[in-house]
Amino acid sequence: MTTVTRGRRAAGAAFLGPGLLFTAVFVAVPVLLVMSYTVFQRGRFGGIVYTFGFDNFSRALEPTFRSVLVSSVVTAAAATAIALAIGYPVAYAIARLPERWRSIALVLVVIPFWTNFLIRTYAWTVLLNTQGVLNDALVGAGLIDDRLDLLYTRGAVVAGLVYVYLPLMVLPIYASVARLDRELGEASADLGASRLTGFLRVTLPLSLPGVVTGCIFVFVPSLGNFVVPELLGGGKTVMVGNLVRDQFLKARDWPFGATLALFVVVLLLVLFALQSVVSRRYSVEARR
Amino acid sequence: MSARPRGAAKQGPGLLWIPLLGCFAFLYLPILVVVVLSFNSGRSALNLQGLSLRWYAEVFRDGDLGHALVNTLLVATGTMVVSTVLGTMLAVGLVRHARSTALDAFAMTPAILPDLVLAIGLLSFFSWAGISLGLGTVMVAHTAFGTAFVVAVVRARLVQLDGSLEEASQDLGAGWLSTFVRVTLPSIAPAVLAGALLSFTLSVDEFVIAFFTNGPDSPTLPIEIYSRVRFGVTPEINALATLLLLVSVVAVVAGALALRRTETIDDD
Repeated sequence: MTTVTRGRRAAGAAFLGPGLLFTAVFVAVPVLLVMSYTVFQRGRFGGIVYTFGFDNFSRALEPTFRSVLVSSVVTAAAATAIALAIGYPVAYAIARLPERWRSIALVLVVIPFWTNFLIRTYAWTVLLNTQGVLNDALVGAGLIDDRLDLLYTRGAVVAGLVYVYLPLMVLPIYASVARLDRELGEASADLGASRLTGFLRVTLPLSLPGVVTGCIFVFVPSLGNFVVPELLGGGKTVMVGNLVRDQFLKARDWPFGATLALFVVVLLLVLFALQSVVSRRYSVEARR
Repeated sequence: MSARPRGAAKQGPGLLWIPLLGCFAFLYLPILVVVVLSFNSGRSALNLQGLSLRWYAEVFRDGDLGHALVNTLLVATGTMVVSTVLGTMLAVGLVRHARSTALDAFAMTPAILPDLVLAIGLLSFFSWAGISLGLGTVMVAHTAFGTAFVVAVVRARLVQLDGSLEEASQDLGAGWLSTFVRVTLPSIAPAVLAGALLSFTLSVDEFVIAFFTNGPDSPTLPIEIYSRVRFGVTPEINALATLLLLVSVVAVVAGALALRRTETIDDD
């Protein structure tokens, strides 16, 4: 028997080894390395000086940077809230479509997501341009006299983020709503609950894990995004992603850039902790 | 219809078709505008002056775009091959040999990590290790997260299979390697293929990590697109965007049809 166990061990190591080693070397080590930079300083001509200190953290909390961090969170949260407001009814509606239409609707949600996100962001610069179609339509309809500066505003950034990440909100909510037995709703109706009560007390709580997952899927990439603020915000709306990008590729102050990125990582960890609490409390299994 | 008992009512979307159609309008209108404007005969990227295919001809004549496309396909092919091999083995190891939630989570980390964090991590790492940036480093970076996505897809399939065939094979004296090649691999082949296509597509599409880990001389297609859209709208980009859109529509529809087909085969 021992040779068999040893053989199994060896097989396990052979299957796991290469992938785990690759992930360790090219994911774990790099992320830990760059996060370690947060307590070091930049050299006079770029590079890293390994003197320990928390200067980067106090600098990140100075008003200029703090206001960017706060406004990034607000912008990403606004995009998440709007995506949820659009995404929930859409996911719910898709789950109630007849089988055949359901898969078509899902494909229609997924197609934009598989279209390059630079292209999707670019589409909004065309749409919102002062000389663009939307302004043409508004002027043509007589709703406005002077063309609006829709582009290069915070609103444009929020709209762009919602647009780019909406499928990431719809899909997890759809998955959690579609998984609910229709019988659950029917049972609550049989027991005399109105449709609204049934929705509020049965469907909504049980779909909450999908909602939280969708919100994280939208919020996290929105927070770290630097392309949408650049193309649609035109440098006026700077988000933490832009700061990180600039610290790494322009100012070459990697320790400070890493410190700003750490802010995103910490928020991510907090959100994941929140998600695991919610999914434990509201999962279908937990109710049984 | 009205005679149906309340509980069994087959509820359609009801009033919910309003958000549904609204959402599709929201998703497709901006793209539609770009598609229409790509056929412009004039030089404007914003106002339709007449119809022509001249900007498509322009795209196909554009050497820089062709060069960037070749770079992208090279990186994506390398990423696909290595990710599929590493990811499939890792998935088999995780499901059949390890059964550890910690290892599962570790293998999925690159898929969950924000791209910007992985990007600055790899840039720091390559610089620290003295590795010069180029298409090779982009490929390694893409493989880092491509592997995780292959693991996710193959793992999902392995969990459905109960492993008794593999046990039988080993009881009958087959070694782990021949069991893997003759029993495990054929039963997960569709998932391995799906994982391969996924890692290829993700690599073709990926911008942020490539932007940080690429050298200056050999841009990938997304990097080339980025450097152009930063400087405003042109009808040539409209045409390029339409072509890329067409590719993704074909890919998604083909993927959905293939998936449906494998599902019906499974049901039989």
